[in-house]
Amino acid sequence: MNAETIYLDNNATTKVDPAVVEAMLPYLTTYYGNPSSMHSFGGQVGKAIQTARSQVATLLGAEDSEIIFTSCGTEGNNTAIRAALAAQSDRKHIITTQVEHACVMNVCKLLEKQGYTVTYLSVNRKGQIDLAELEAALTGNTALVTTMYANNETGTIFPIEEIGSLAKSYGAIFHVDAVQAVGKIPLNLKNSTIDLLTLSGHKLHAPKGIGALYVRRGFRFRPFMLGGHQERGRRAGTENVASIIGLGKAAELELTHLPQAVKQEKQLRDRLEKFLLTNIADCEVNGDPKNRLPNTTNIGFKYIEGEAILLSLDRYGVCASSGSACTSGSLEPSHVLRAMGLPYTILHGSIRFSLSRYTTDAEIDRVLEIMPGIIDRLRALSPFNSDAAGWLQEREEALAI
Amino acid sequence: MWDYTEKVLDLFYNPKNQGAIEVTEENDIAVVFGEVGSIACGDALRLHLKINVPADQILDARFQTFGCTSAIASSSALTEMIKGLTLDEALNVTNKDIANYLGGLPEAKMHCSVMGQEALEAAIYKYRGIEVEHHDEDEGALLCTCFGVSDNRVRRIVIENNLTTVEEVTNYIKAGGSCGSCLAGIEDIIIGVQEDKAATTARVEAELNRIQQTSRGLTTVQKITKIQQVLDEVRPMLLADGGDVELFDIDGDLVKVILKGACSSCSGSTATLKDAIETRLRDRVLPTLIVEAV
Ligand SMILES: Cc1ncc(COP(=O)(O)O)c(C=O)c1O
Ligand code: FES
Repeated sequence: MNAETIYLDNNATTKVDPAVVEAMLPYLTTYYGNPSSMHSFGGQVGKAIQTARSQVATLLGAEDSEIIFTSCGTEGNNTAIRAALAAQSDRKHIITTQVEHACVMNVCKLLEKQGYTVTYLSVNRKGQIDLAELEAALTGNTALVTTMYANNETGTIFPIEEIGSLAKSYGAIFHVDAVQAVGKIPLNLKNSTIDLLTLSGHKLHAPKGIGALYVRRGFRFRPFMLGGHQERGRRAGTENVASIIGLGKAAELELTHLPQAVKQEKQLRDRLEKFLLTNIADCEVNGDPKNRLPNTTNIGFKYIEGEAILLSLDRYGVCASSGSACTSGSLEPSHVLRAMGLPYTILHGSIRFSLSRYTTDAEIDRVLEIMPGIIDRLRALSPFNSDAAGWLQEREEALAI
Repeated sequence: MWDYTEKVLDLFYNPKNQGAIEVTEENDIAVVFGEVGSIACGDALRLHLKINVPADQILDARFQTFGCTSAIASSSALTEMIKGLTLDEALNVTNKDIANYLGGLPEAKMHCSVMGQEALEAAIYKYRGIEVEHHDEDEGALLCTCFGVSDNRVRRIVIENNLTTVEEVTNYIKAGGSCGSCLAGIEDIIIGVQEDKAATTARVEAELNRIQQTSRGLTTVQKITKIQQVLDEVRPMLLADGGDVELFDIDGDLVKVILKGACSSCSGSTATLKDAIETRLRDRVLPTLIVEAV
């Protein structure tokens, strides 16, 4: 990666804040003791972990005892879903959505094979769920409602408290995958309906491979990882100390940065979006413009393919992502965009820019400078330039059957 | 990120022959295009050809592609490869040739090269007035409904590219890459092709054996006569260099010869000479003969 990298892929992962690295380093060098040890050399590390726990709790408006450190967002989601089902073992129904991350989706798919019924709530063109559909799906047999807070691809934010209230009224447990929300928008779990909430460090300027699970006090928690008594028996395994310290520091920094960062990211994102929409024909925003993460924009450029756009941007050092089939490693475009019912013309040419507090005005200027040329060049190569092209329409219909 | 070759990236960033070809009124010139894929599939190629009618030759080729980096590079590569070829020659271009031209493609992107080959075929068939839909090989039952792939097309791609796994088939023509309900069917085809191939190999081997048996059927006298004939042909050349060769004895497939004169003075040249005689004898008399200098 060269010095001029313009990193607009912060929903994939973020730059580790230098202050986080600095906080971590002593725990990789000097303080290498085991926090479970009976000597003070290890004990001081245990204290540092408690501080980190407290920092994470504060960011969420939670209590220290409600935070369990995990190895990542994926582990948090797996743990939460299993814990919820164990806590309500007589209930066999799960409600989730069609746009969840693979680590929720694939767990639900497996549970279906193990005797659970799963309802996958649909989303509309904006990626938003319908609360009436949720209410209709809820029964006394529903053990768990699990939804994301905000979508990683479009940034669409779900009406979390409304979902939670409905879930509560049927006695269901409510888990939220907040991996994309924590650090991007302020959260307060104090008076929330959320029982379980997942977060991941690498999305908020902490390292990869560290996360946390919020478990509401009083919840009958069953651990996923069995072994020693770490995390009060709720997550066995010797702690990833340095990363936990890093996550704590990142949470603390987020608390101070957040109000300003939200404003700055939103302003830059809006500028980027507005310029592209007005200066490039045949493109549109995918997602819910009203309820959306301030740092994310997902734009569909018609008649061209996303991977080709990404490679073109890459040449200028600009990092973004796409939900097109060719980038996914599978042959299908993103399940999120498909669930939204987007036409194929938009689907394959969708690009996500996701900003962070490190994103600058000059970087956005640079992207605006190069994007029109990139889109023009690829469109000049494409055989399509209008929705009316007969032969492709036929194929589209054929495939829809 | 995909591991693209320099050539792929070069043809993506600086594509050659992009665009359409103007239809012209010129005598003896025809302009056609062939198209495959669709927006729904995520890639599509429209290949334009300018054809010299009397010569049945491609004068110019251009492309319009909707697709990823490797789809664009494959299209551009194809146009470069086929310019100047006769239509019959062009029909021999395979997707493998396209991939090779690009210095290789990631496995999961092989379908981009397949798209090129198919568009070329579509254009030529269209020009020749053959309906692609009625093209023998693509007739057959729809096997993969997600990507609209027939069983015959799967069979063809398996044979042409020596594919042995379902995964490879998906990489080449996408079939099986979505709902997966056709995976078992694809597997059956692969097994069928492998069985056919094994049967063919067995037949070919039997045939070869038969041929060998016939020539093995030479009597020793016939063998000696033939060997002597060949040696007599070689001798004048050796004599000119001051050497000579003489048949000493025959023991089964072993032909013992005496190499003389200038040739025997240096071991290197003796070895070369022995090899040359052996090649000639194997070619003309029996492929199993071994020459030994005594
Ligand atoms: C919404 C969502 N959930 C879960 C995850 C998984 O988190 P991790 O990479 O820490 O396992 C991600 C990250 O890609 C995500 O975007
Ligand atoms: S039928 Fe082949 S992948 Fe669905």
